[in-house]
Amino acid sequence: MLEVRNLVKHFGGVRAVDGLDFKIQQGEVFGLIGPNGSGKSTTVNLVCGVFAPTDGEILLDGIDLGAIAPHNRVDAGVARTFQNIRLFSELTVWQNLWVAWRDQPGQEQGWVSNWFGRSPARRQEIQKLLEFSGLGDKADHLAGNLAFGEQRRLELARAMASKPKLILLDEPAAGMNSAEIKDLCQRVLAMKEMGMTVLLVEHVMELVMNVTDRITVLNFGKPIAQGTPIEIQNNKLVQEAYFGSAENAHGGVS
Amino acid sequence: MTYLLGILQTIGVHTLLGLSAYLLLLTGQLSLAQVGFFAIGAYVSGILTVIFSWNIFAALALGSLMAGFFAFLVGFPALRVKGLMLVVATISFSEIVRLFFFNLSWRVNVNGVEVGPDSTQGFREIRYFAANGWEQIHIVGLIWFVVMVVMLALWWLDQVRAGAVLRAVGTDELAAQSSGINLTMVKVAAMTGGGVIAGIGGGLFAHSTTYVDHHTFVILLATFAVSYPIIGGLRSVIGTLLAVIFIQGFIIEGLRFMGDYRNLIFGLLIILVMNMRPQGLLDGHLVADIRKLLSKLTKGGKADA
Repeated sequence: MLEVRNLVKHFGGVRAVDGLDFKIQQGEVFGLIGPNGSGKSTTVNLVCGVFAPTDGEILLDGIDLGAIAPHNRVDAGVARTFQNIRLFSELTVWQNLWVAWRDQPGQEQGWVSNWFGRSPARRQEIQKLLEFSGLGDKADHLAGNLAFGEQRRLELARAMASKPKLILLDEPAAGMNSAEIKDLCQRVLAMKEMGMTVLLVEHVMELVMNVTDRITVLNFGKPIAQGTPIEIQNNKLVQEAYFGSAENAHGGVS
Repeated sequence: MTYLLGILQTIGVHTLLGLSAYLLLLTGQLSLAQVGFFAIGAYVSGILTVIFSWNIFAALALGSLMAGFFAFLVGFPALRVKGLMLVVATISFSEIVRLFFFNLSWRVNVNGVEVGPDSTQGFREIRYFAANGWEQIHIVGLIWFVVMVVMLALWWLDQVRAGAVLRAVGTDELAAQSSGINLTMVKVAAMTGGGVIAGIGGGLFAHSTTYVDHHTFVILLATFAVSYPIIGGLRSVIGTLLAVIFIQGFIIEGLRFMGDYRNLIFGLLIILVMNMRPQGLLDGHLVADIRKLLSKLTKGGKADA
């Protein structure tokens, strides 16, 4: 469903992403991992339009995303979360979802009631999503007053509020403790069951290895390996990218 | 009495200016173009009643629509830039408008009298109210009716999704864009709405003072316009009204004996607020506290009875 072809992004002389290719299948949880600075977050920002690529193509169900303005990519079916949480902290929890809300296809409200209405049915739908996210009793709290783990869950819920086909999670487990990571694993798997496709960018291997179907490993903006979690764990190149090569480790300083 | 009504008139008109800046500040944009829209509303509606003998309500409506239209046109290029650059761009716009009216001479003979804008001499004889038997109390009533309608409209906006979207853009543009919000459209809409509000304020101002010239529409007035919502806070429209009452009623009128030193106090006040209460005097916590206090008082009253 998402196809990235020869994606290139240079920042001045830095080649943040340098010829990346991958394909994500419908309904799959796809992992993108790699050491710091290997181009993972840049890839997310390219897919949702924060940056324009230097070269290459990004296709969603065959449609070229490059021709679609960033805010319209949500209607095309792409939603995201951020590495450092970015909520509308001055708004209440439910209003955060209200801003991003898209009705189910076929049940869209008209322009006027979308912007200037207060449909109780929609409020109920939002409440349902909040219950799913474990925030049911916090609907009227200010988003900025939530605890860290709750803010992460709210950001995830806000991404789901736009009914995306593809959801991009940019290091969703950053700063979480192990109980929160286990909870997040369940949520990602639940999203998969609901039919969403997920692109997961993550350092926390506990999450990546438990929820992904396939993984691409990046190093210096280039893919160095692709495969199932088991294959990746046993891949020599990947181990070298993360830990350095075995010869170097034993060779020491000559 | 006339003196008091005069102050009410000023406070009402300045509240409209402040509310026009408030609407745009919700999206995080600081604009000094409000005085330009105010001038457009003043001159257009004045020309309509004086030269074309229009009814005041039709003239006010068209004046504010014209101001809104120019806000819409200016919004597209101006809102592509942010922060300091937006301030510079909007100052330029206000100055262009001011200098246009400074040079505008459109004298027409109506019933044997030469009337209309007379470039450097200003635009005199905007005498619709006097000519139609309005007393000052009626004029003040009209101004405050408009203020109430605008305040109600802005309050209502906060109850619907559009209001949440405005505040979302003001809080975090990247997150709003990633939630599918068209930033340009939202900001231009707020700019247009602000233009309409400032335009009707300008029309009311011109007709209540009967005389405007380019000195009225200097950048100082634009800094007043943005300082009201900044000092009053963006939590609610009431904050802007309170800030206008405080600044116009107390600092400008109450301290009149201090002469031009009042402007120093005004400047000092803005610096103090920005440093000590960047969220404005009336923030969310204070509003919540006041609500609690009020509900306690009303409950207490019931218990006593």
